[in-house]
Amino acid sequence: MTFAIQFLINVLSLGGAYALMALGLVIVYGILRLVNFAYGELIMVTGYTLFLISGSALPWFVMAAAAVAMAVVTGIATDYIAFRPVRAKSVTAVLITSFAFSTLLQNAALLFISPRPRVIPLPEIFSRTVEIGGAITPMRNLLTIAAAVILLALFAFLMRRTVLGIAMRAAATNFTMARMLGVPANLIISSAFAISGFIAGVVGLLWMGRIGTVVPGIGLEPLLVAFIATIIGGMRSLTGAVIGGFVLAFIDTSLNYTLPQELLKFRDAFTFSLVILILLWRPEGLMRGPATGQRT
Amino acid sequence: MASSSLKAVNISVEFSGLRALDDVTLTVDPEEIVGLIGPNGSGKTTLVNAITGEVPLVHGSVSLREEAITSLPPWKIALKGISRSFQIVRLFNNLTVIENIESASLAHGDSLRVARGKSERLLDEFGLSNRAEELGGALSYGDKRRVEIARALAADPSFLLLDEPAAGMNEAETDALLHTLSRIPRDRKLGLLIIDHDMSLIMRLCHRLHVLASGRTIAAGKADEIRRDPAVIEAYLGAKAAHA
Repeated sequence: MTFAIQFLINVLSLGGAYALMALGLVIVYGILRLVNFAYGELIMVTGYTLFLISGSALPWFVMAAAAVAMAVVTGIATDYIAFRPVRAKSVTAVLITSFAFSTLLQNAALLFISPRPRVIPLPEIFSRTVEIGGAITPMRNLLTIAAAVILLALFAFLMRRTVLGIAMRAAATNFTMARMLGVPANLIISSAFAISGFIAGVVGLLWMGRIGTVVPGIGLEPLLVAFIATIIGGMRSLTGAVIGGFVLAFIDTSLNYTLPQELLKFRDAFTFSLVILILLWRPEGLMRGPATGQRT
Repeated sequence: MASSSLKAVNISVEFSGLRALDDVTLTVDPEEIVGLIGPNGSGKTTLVNAITGEVPLVHGSVSLREEAITSLPPWKIALKGISRSFQIVRLFNNLTVIENIESASLAHGDSLRVARGKSERLLDEFGLSNRAEELGGALSYGDKRRVEIARALAADPSFLLLDEPAAGMNEAETDALLHTLSRIPRDRKLGLLIIDHDMSLIMRLCHRLHVLASGRTIAAGKADEIRRDPAVIEAYLGAKAAHA
């Protein structure tokens, strides 16, 4: 019983983080059919903002809000710098500009801050543990689950019940048609980048809360996780991205428990083999999106 | 009321050197139903595309209420009050029916509440109320067409261009559509341009007809005059029938 609770908390907290990472990536992909390879850097920016203002006397929540706001600004900047100038030209061009923007941000961090890990301030609650039904778990796991539930609910409400949400879903289904109806395309795209930045910022706080430091390459793993979760879930579906995140977390956590100690360092190889099997079974991912999902 | 018309004057369109439209002039007045007919490949859809800014003009001009809208991007033309439907339906397949209709209203700056009210009335008008929460992609072909027309109307256009709205509908559905369409221009004070191959639908619905063949206007005028026009009969049935 204790084990089951422990396992469940681990899957849900890791899955919540993965699901949010995937959602932040797919919100832009859904509309533009283009992967933002500078996505991981949104998490990096969150970390360094927190590090840079850690000397101030501000309460932690204010600093955290400022760090998330920086991720939102960087998200919008990604649109203006890497996507908008070349969006209409070719997929390859955007691929390269988003990689370039990612490299630029990482190198700026290397050059102006340091290649070494920098400690970010965390509130005391992050290091506390609690006991639930005999299982001892860090408080931050429960915080991650709570954040995931709140953000996913907020996001679902935004997409279903607001003007922006309906316009974004219309643009994601058929961008040309949405544009033809007079839906303001550039505003929709910038909003998607802003939401992507917001989600990355929040998930970044929780992600870096596990280790307490930030390095220039911190964004690589979240990008990879988001990308794989999205592929498992189906690139065209927001629900799919969330499901993909939880599936990936379930695989990772199960392997953590079942693999013998000497094989544990090869966990990713096992994870990816399972992902390959899933894709052989469902090449389009678990959730099929709309058939009209062509890049336009 | 010429000043409030939609006018396409001396329109020519070319696709890689091939002339798809040659010097075509067409006017639609408010509250009027104009039928645009002609054999396959005569340039009917191209004319609608030219008016809505989807294909570039080689020559000619389009104006709406005396204001030039030639070669504006499609979305600007849509916001100025020209809505359209497509020969191949372009719904948002993973939005619900009511959201599909709302999207056009929202794009024109309506609030969510206004858009919802408008969409509910349109669903009612088109007999689609019981389908409101279904996904656009799950509808039958005929229902999709009706949703697309409702979506075009949700933008409160002053001109509505319908490209084969009855294609794929059975006779009962076509009759119901005819009934709905016939009331729209007067109720909503809009001009309607309609392309269709169903001659009985066109003849019953339209005040005026415009006939294209090979990209040229071969006849234009009242419906019963067009029906007897030898050039039209020739274009549709061949030269022998016209002289028989």
